[in-house]
Amino acid sequence: MSKSEKHILDPNKWVKRYADYLFNYTVTRVDDQDIAKDLVQETFFSGIKGKDHFKGLASERTWLVSILKRKIIDHYRKINSAKGKKEIRMSFYPGGEKKGNWIEASVPQSWGNEAEKIIENKELKAVLELCIANLPEKYRMVFLLKTVQNYETNEICNELNISASNLWVIIHRARVQLRKCLEENWFKN
Amino acid sequence: MISCDEATTICDKNQYGEASGWDKFRLNFHLLLCKHCKVYSKQNDIISKIIGKYLHSCDGQNHLSQKEKYTLEKNLNEQLQK
Repeated sequence: MSKSEKHILDPNKWVKRYADYLFNYTVTRVDDQDIAKDLVQETFFSGIKGKDHFKGLASERTWLVSILKRKIIDHYRKINSAKGKKEIRMSFYPGGEKKGNWIEASVPQSWGNEAEKIIENKELKAVLELCIANLPEKYRMVFLLKTVQNYETNEICNELNISASNLWVIIHRARVQLRKCLEENWFKN
Repeated sequence: MISCDEATTICDKNQYGEASGWDKFRLNFHLLLCKHCKVYSKQNDIISKIIGKYLHSCDGQNHLSQKEKYTLEKNLNEQLQK
């Protein structure tokens, strides 16, 4: 007869074992240290409340991360329903004869021919993080869900109650703005 | 012929592997004729590579301070007593 290995919970060790891991996980996804700290604490609290529901099939860390993921999605939903104050700058003519064309002032400039060097540059990472932080909240959330968290399109649509074409409009506006922000803050110097 | 706004949207979709064959055909046709979107397309690849390289790595550089961990432990212990 085989003994099945069941995981057990040890909340007294959670902070020591998992606080940094969960914090690191969260901060790359919500882009705000204070919110990340709150979400980590809420995750631990939920874990304590729900410890009788733990079946022992997943590891402690995996179980906590799944709680955290739900907290992050709930956070995104709250943001999604709030009105964003930051504006997306227009890059294409919205109407008229030139509808859909690049607005002259927004036309992409050359970044040079050294794509490899660009990708390797560590300072560029800091600029990129800043540019992502500068996106209007709703756009940033959807962009992060799709691009960093690798959620499927239909998963995001279901969670946030938007259509697929809505999603691509948001992703498109976010990427156009990101590209422009990178160009203005990095390549033009 | 699709607009630059439509073309660059397909280009973005393509970064996630979600552009259809028909999308890609229309995009490539547009890129033959539009140098601005051609530049956008190259830069879009670069942006995707940068994101892939930096933002996916859980490089562990974010961590809580000892004080923050102490507070967290204290709060958790309170919850455990309840």
